[in-house]
Amino acid sequence: MTTLTHTVDMSPRRGARWLRHSLVLARRSLAKTSRNPGVIINGVVTPALFLVLFLYLFGNAVAGTTDEYLQYLFPGILVMGAGLTGLVSTGTNINIDLKNGVTDRFRSLPISRLAPLLGSVLADLVRYLGAVVILFLIGLALGFRAQGGLVAVIAALGLAVLFGFCLSWITVLIGVTLKSAEAVLAFSFLTFLPLQLGSSLATPTVSLPGWLQAWVNINPVTSVMDACRALLNGTPAGAPLATTLIWCAAIFVIFCPLAVWSYGRRDM
Amino acid sequence: MTDHGLETYALTKRFGRTTALAGVDLALPRGQVLGLLGPNGAGKTTVIRILATLLRPDTGTARVAGYDVVRQPAEVRRRIALSGQHTSVDEELDGRANLIMIGQLLDLTRRDAAHRADDLLARFGLTEVGGRRVAAYSGGMRRRLDLAASLVGRPQVVFLDEPSVGLDPGKREELWQLIRDLGADGVTVLLTTQYLEEADALADLITVIDQGKVVAAGTPAELKHQVGGHTVTVRVTDPADADRVAALLAAVTGRSPERATRQQLAVPVNQDDDFFQITAQLRDQDVDVSELSLRLPSLDEVFRALTRPATVAPTPQRP
Repeated sequence: MTTLTHTVDMSPRRGARWLRHSLVLARRSLAKTSRNPGVIINGVVTPALFLVLFLYLFGNAVAGTTDEYLQYLFPGILVMGAGLTGLVSTGTNINIDLKNGVTDRFRSLPISRLAPLLGSVLADLVRYLGAVVILFLIGLALGFRAQGGLVAVIAALGLAVLFGFCLSWITVLIGVTLKSAEAVLAFSFLTFLPLQLGSSLATPTVSLPGWLQAWVNINPVTSVMDACRALLNGTPAGAPLATTLIWCAAIFVIFCPLAVWSYGRRDM
Repeated sequence: MTDHGLETYALTKRFGRTTALAGVDLALPRGQVLGLLGPNGAGKTTVIRILATLLRPDTGTARVAGYDVVRQPAEVRRRIALSGQHTSVDEELDGRANLIMIGQLLDLTRRDAAHRADDLLARFGLTEVGGRRVAAYSGGMRRRLDLAASLVGRPQVVFLDEPSVGLDPGKREELWQLIRDLGADGVTVLLTTQYLEEADALADLITVIDQGKVVAAGTPAELKHQVGGHTVTVRVTDPADADRVAALLAAVTGRSPERATRQQLAVPVNQDDDFFQITAQLRDQDVDVSELSLRLPSLDEVFRALTRPATVAPTPQRP
């Protein structure tokens, strides 16, 4: 009955165990995405719809021609794609795990409390990358021309993914804190409107009324979109790039420890 | 260091205004099986969650495999496994991938984790469904996979929270055998259950808790002695025989039987021999019986017996 056909070395291995465990859990998360690719589709289809709608609704009015407007609008859509993928996947996945008992098993294993969360966020990185690359191809098909060169394109895509990664930690915190996956989704979408649309996505900030301009100017999403736009269009990106990196660092430094802490203390 | 697989001393836990545990003492030697018996809301799951380092007790101490659950949680986690009341395997992955993932989280190489997964799938009769998504598993298969997932790390102490809930009797027997094998392998097991029958079938020691307090503790035999052991139930075909049978039962057991209906009588028996005497006398007196059974007391009866002073209910006199 208990005879084993294999001899297995059970002694603990050395090295960065927390990182290895995070990668194992990231692979789990990606395996689930490959069985259920709705998350990526969501992260691609919604921004793509906004892209096409805005382009043909406002293109002529805002920029004179749709071609010119595409150059303005598209970089912001990329950022939206990265932000949206994390919004619907990370928070809800973690919340579902917490409720169905899988998390209890993880938390009773001798692994770092960081690993399940980091695993989920690392998997998100891959999902963002998928969403952003698909969106970029859609943009090219519609006639977008990246004038900043290949390095700038990679930098812009990287920036969008980096911002999505930092934003993930906010959704992780929401996912750990709220009671149900539905609540997480509802809350996430409430933040979606002011953050993603209340930005420089569709029109330059200067054309907005004063109260909205005030919000749009402090909205971190605006600086990410401005930085990506500058990079892709080959204009000077220094200022928005610096602001973006500061925002990314601030969000990460505040929300990552907060998320890990509240995950660890849940029930404890 | 004591040789206890697990022990708790004066464990308390409150959730807001609800007292979940009001001072629970447990002690279980290594390699034995403890049945934690109690109704819903008695505090069974809270005990398990504290011992599995998922919950911090308000006061009191708990040691698992010799390590304090609050001060040395990492040492405890290295030696325990938890099999939840709710299935704690990933529904969207296949069974084998679930086991491999746990193995990798326990620092096995991917190859070793795969070997361990295949061994466990074979041991739990899941080899053929190993490649199927857990969502498509039956309740029994899922429970076996959950138990297999607990054993990937060769734990010294295993916690099973209501392991057989929702299983049909055949599957339950199958699971019981697997749990018995754990005990035979020297693993210390704490299992919670609402059924005396289950605790009786599996446990070396039983602790009964109710409303966060230990109501009784001992071996199954001691406990059954305390609550009056088995109950004999007799249903007579003709209600007119009931009084005669009541007298017969009282004479053999020394207790007055309870009458549930005009035809049915029940009385606790202390010795196994009582049942055979009753059978023999019913035959001798030529009583026509439509039902005759010997059964363990139900959990209700155990609680009544343990939480109330032991008075013998007077037989209602019928005209």
